Amino acid sequence: MQPARATICALASGAPPNAIAIIRVSGPYTQSVGNALLTKGVPPDREIRLDSICDAEGVVIDTGLCLFMAGPQSYTGEDTLELYLHGGRYIIEQTLEALFQCDVRMAEPGEFTRRAFEAGKFDLTRAEAVADLIHAETESQHKLARTQLGGALERLYLSWNQTLTEILALLEASIDFPDEEDAPDQVDGPVAVRLETFIETLKSSLERGSLTERIREGFRVVILGPPNAGKSSLLNRLADRPAAIVTDIPGTTRDIVEVRLHIGAYLVWVSDTAGLRQTSDPIEEIGVARAQEAAASADLRIWLHDVREPFEFGDQLRARDLVIANKIDLLESEDVSRETFPLSAATGEGIERLLSEVEERLDNLSAQVAAPTLTRARHSQGIQHAFGHLRRAQTLLATSAGAELISEEVRLASRAIASLTGQVETERILGAVFSTFCIGK
Amino acid sequence: MARDFDVIIVGGGHAGCEAAAAAARFGARTGLITHKASTIGEMSCNPAIGGLGKGHLVREIDALDGIMARLADQSGIQFRLLNRSKGPAVRGPRAQIDRHLYRQAMQAELARTENLTIVEAAVEDLIIAEGCVVGVRTATGKTYGAKAVVLTTGTFLRGVIHRGEERIEAGRIGEKPAIGLADTLYGLNIPMGRLKTGTPARLKKRSIDWDRLEQQPADAEPVPFSYLTPRIEVPQIACGITYTNQATHQIIADNLQHSAVYSGKIAGQGPRYCPSIEDKIHRFPDKTQHQIFLEPESLTDDLVYPNGVSTSLQAPVQDQFLRTILGLEQAEIAQYGYAIEYDYVDPRALNRYLEVKTLPGFYLAGQINGTTGYEEAAAQGLVAGLNAARSALGEAPILFDRSEAYIGVLIDDLVTRGVTEPYRMFTSRAEYRLSLRADNADQRLTQKGCDIGLVKTRRESAFHVKRHALEAAKDQLQSLSLTPNQAQKFGWDINQDGQKRSAWAYLAYPNISLSDVLTAFPECAEHDLNILEQVTIETTYAAYIERQAADVAALKSEEGMLLAPDLDYAAIGGLSNEVRDKLIRIRPTSLGQAARIEGMTPGALTALLAHVKRRSKSEKTTRAHA
Repeated sequence: MQPARATICALASGAPPNAIAIIRVSGPYTQSVGNALLTKGVPPDREIRLDSICDAEGVVIDTGLCLFMAGPQSYTGEDTLELYLHGGRYIIEQTLEALFQCDVRMAEPGEFTRRAFEAGKFDLTRAEAVADLIHAETESQHKLARTQLGGALERLYLSWNQTLTEILALLEASIDFPDEEDAPDQVDGPVAVRLETFIETLKSSLERGSLTERIREGFRVVILGPPNAGKSSLLNRLADRPAAIVTDIPGTTRDIVEVRLHIGAYLVWVSDTAGLRQTSDPIEEIGVARAQEAAASADLRIWLHDVREPFEFGDQLRARDLVIANKIDLLESEDVSRETFPLSAATGEGIERLLSEVEERLDNLSAQVAAPTLTRARHSQGIQHAFGHLRRAQTLLATSAGAELISEEVRLASRAIASLTGQVETERILGAVFSTFCIGK
Repeated sequence: MARDFDVIIVGGGHAGCEAAAAAARFGARTGLITHKASTIGEMSCNPAIGGLGKGHLVREIDALDGIMARLADQSGIQFRLLNRSKGPAVRGPRAQIDRHLYRQAMQAELARTENLTIVEAAVEDLIIAEGCVVGVRTATGKTYGAKAVVLTTGTFLRGVIHRGEERIEAGRIGEKPAIGLADTLYGLNIPMGRLKTGTPARLKKRSIDWDRLEQQPADAEPVPFSYLTPRIEVPQIACGITYTNQATHQIIADNLQHSAVYSGKIAGQGPRYCPSIEDKIHRFPDKTQHQIFLEPESLTDDLVYPNGVSTSLQAPVQDQFLRTILGLEQAEIAQYGYAIEYDYVDPRALNRYLEVKTLPGFYLAGQINGTTGYEEAAAQGLVAGLNAARSALGEAPILFDRSEAYIGVLIDDLVTRGVTEPYRMFTSRAEYRLSLRADNADQRLTQKGCDIGLVKTRRESAFHVKRHALEAAKDQLQSLSLTPNQAQKFGWDINQDGQKRSAWAYLAYPNISLSDVLTAFPECAEHDLNILEQVTIETTYAAYIERQAADVAALKSEEGMLLAPDLDYAAIGGLSNEVRDKLIRIRPTSLGQAARIEGMTPGALTALLAHVKRRSKSEKTTRAHA
C-alpha cells in the first residue's frame, strides 16, 4: 500500500551562493530515496558520513556530509535526511531535481514544523515560537521566542485551564451531587471569589500582552510638532545613523513617513507626521488628523519644536513623552544651555542622547512584560473571548441564575483558552499559523 | 443451524429486559434466556431509579417507547425531582422503588410483549459459525439458534463476593456466577478487565427507631418518569436520615485490615462516586460523621436499604458498627453487605451499535461493559436490542450522537474512552447539557423513534398531540407583542429602547415569570399549563442553544468525516506510537470520535484530517476518471 503522505524536501539554508547548502528530506520514502541517490546509501541512524550524491543517471552532483535521523526521534517525527553540500545554485537545483525524480516533492512553507506539530512534538504556541525564533532580529524578540519555545506560554494556558477546571468542579459538584452532604449545595460564594481573582489575572495579562506584541512587531514612536520644527530632518538623521540600521523604508504616504529601526534591544517603527496646526486646507487637515491618530496610539512620542520658537504643548503631553528643542546649531551656545533637551537634526548633535533616552523609555515599558505573556493577536483574541464569558458568568452569579448557565460560560471560557494551545483546532487557524514559516523550516 | 429466534437476549436484568422489549417492539422474534425467570427485573442493589443524568436516561428510554419509565411510575414509592431549585436542564427525576412491585410489573410487561418468548436456562457458551455468532448453548447442552445475540450478564461473569475474609463465588448473593461464558469470552480474545462494586447490609424496618430520625418526605406532587403517565397512584413514603459518629468510625478503622478491599484481596477498581464506608473513613479521616439515608425497599416487606454505608467488612463488625448509629441501636440485619468483583469487557472492543467489532452479530449491554446503574444498563439494552433486531432483519444500524441524547454520550464515552471505574452518568458528561434536558427528551427523540420502528402507535399519537400543542403555544407567544413602554405598565424592568418585543421574548427574561406574561397576554392562558411551562424552559435556554448550534454543526461535520474500519494507521505518517496504538485499538468510525480518544493530540488530529481530506479528494478523482 502506498504511504498516505508524501516525502518532502527543501533547501533549509539561505539563498545561494553560499559556502554550504543544507537540503532536508523528510517522510516515509526518505530511506529508499537516500539509498537511491547516495553512493554509500543512507548512513546509520544519527551518524554523519561523507558521501557523493548522484542524479538519476548516476552522475555525481556533489560530495558532502549526510546525516540520517530515523523517526520518531527527529524534528518532524519522520525519517529525516540532511545533506550538507557546496552552496552553489547549480548543485542545489540538480539535487532537488534528483529528489523530484524520486517522487519527493517540494515542501510547502512551514511544512516541516507542521509535521512536527502533527507528530505531537509540541503544541501550537511552541510552533509559533519556532517561527518567531527564525524571524527574531533583536535581543528582546529572541528572548521572547526562546521563552515561548520552552513552553512558557503553553504552561501558562494549561495552568489557567486548570484554574477554570477547579471552578467548574465546584459548580458541577453542586449540580450532579445535590443529595450528598459533602458536595456543597451553594457554591456561589467560593465561585465568585475565584472568578474575581482569575478575571484580574486575565485582565493584567491582556494589558501586558499588548506590550509583548510590540516587542514582536515593533514599538511605535511618533515624531510630532508644529510645521517646520525639523521633524523630517530628524527622521532622516535617525535613518542615516549607522548604529541604527534602517532595514526597510516602505513607501511614503502623503501624511506619514515610517522607518524601521533597531534601537537597543528593540525593533522600532519611527514615524514622521504632518505638522500640527489649525488649517483650512482640506488636504493638510487630513494630514493633521492622521498625525493626531498616530499620536494617540503611539508607545512613545517625541515632541519637536524649533528652539527659536517655543511651542505650547499644553495638556497634550503624557508622562513618557520627550520634548526636544531642535535647530540648536542656529543659536548661540549660552542660549542652548537653557534648554532641557537640545538637539540639532542638521549636525547630529544630541542624537545619541535622544536614542539612549528612547531606549531607556522602551526598557521601562518592556520591564512591565513579565514573561510568559500573550505574543500574538490570536492569543489576545482568545483571552478576550474567555474574559467575556467569565464576565458573563460573574453577572449571572450576581443575579442568582442557575449553576448550569454559569458553568456553561466557564466551559466556553475554558474552550477559548484551550484553543490557543491547539486543543480545539480548526484547519483555518492552522493554515494561518503555518503559512508564516519560510521554506525549509 | 436452525433459527429459533431472530434475536436472543441472554440475561434478565435491566439491560436484558430493555433489550428484549426493544427487539420485540421492532418486530424481531425475540428470546430472552435467563437462568432464573423469577428474578427477571430484580434490583440487586439500591431500589431507586433516576437521579442526575440517570433520570435523563430514563426519560430518553421512555421517549423511545422503552419500558423502564412506565414500570418505575407503577412502583415508585418516593418521587423526588432533584435540583428543583436549580435550572430545568439539571433537574433530575428520581424515585425510590418498591422492588417487589417493580419486579412484578416487569414480569407482567414482558409476559404480554408480542414477539417475545422467555426461556429459563443457564447459557454457557456461544455458537459461532463463519466468524459470526449464530446461537447459544445452555448448561444442559441444548442449543438455540438466532441471527444475533445480546449478552447482558451484569456482574455474573466470574463474580466473586467478598465479605471480610470470606470469598463466595456468586453473581449476586445466593446466585451462581457465570463461569462458562467468561471462558468463552476469553477464548474469543475479547479484552477484559475486572471491576468491583459494593452493597450495604439490609436492615429490618421494625428494628429501627424511626421516631428519633430526621425525615425526608417525597415531593408533594410527584413528577412521573414517563410522558405517558398522567399521575402517580402508588402511595408515597418518607425516608429516614441518620449519621455515623466517632464510635462508628473507630470500629471501622480498627477492623480495616479485615476488609476485603483493604486487605488487598480485591484487584478490581471500585467507583469513586460510590465509596464504601471503609473508603470514606480511610480517605477523609477529618470528617466526624457521614450521612445515611434509610430507604424502605418496599411498601409491604420489612427491608430497609441504608444508603451510604456500603461495606465488605465481616458480618459481626457490620452488626457492631451499625448499632452505634442513632436510631439503629437495636437494628437487626436481614442480609449483610458485601463487595462483589466481576469481569467486564473493555467497551472499546465495541462499536457504537454495541456490537463486538471482531464478532458480527454479538452485542453486549449493561454492567458487562463496565457501567454501573440500572438506567445506564437499560439505555444500553435498548440500543443493543434495537440494533441486534435491525441487523437480524437486514436493516441498517442506528446510532445516537452526543448532541441528541445522553444515550449517545453514554455509548460514545464507553466505546471511545473505555472505563477505569464503573461508569456512571452525570449531567456534566454532556457537553450539550442545556439542550439535552429531562423535560424535552420526547421532543428530541420520539420522532426519531417512530422513524426507526421503535415507537408504538399509542405513544406516537400522544407525541403528535403534544407537539402540536407546543407549536400552537409557541406561535401565539411569538405573534403577540408589547412595546417597552406598555411593558413598563406591568412593572417589568425593560430597556426603554422603543423596540417592540414578543411575549416569547419577554418570557426569556429571568425577572419576568410565566404568570407575569399570562397577565399581560391573557389570551395565552388557554394553553395547557404543562405546555406553557415547557415553552418557558425553551425560552430560558434559547440564546445558549442558538450559540451551541454552531458547535453541533461542527460535531456533525466531524462525525461525517468517516474513518474506514480497516484504515492503515501505520501508513499515516507523523502519528506518535502511542497515538497510533490507541487508534488501532479503538478504530474510531469518524474524525469526531477520534478527537475524543483520551490522549489524542491536536497534531495527530490534524494529520488524520489531512488524510481524510486527501482520500476524499483522490476518491473524487478516481470517480471522475471512471
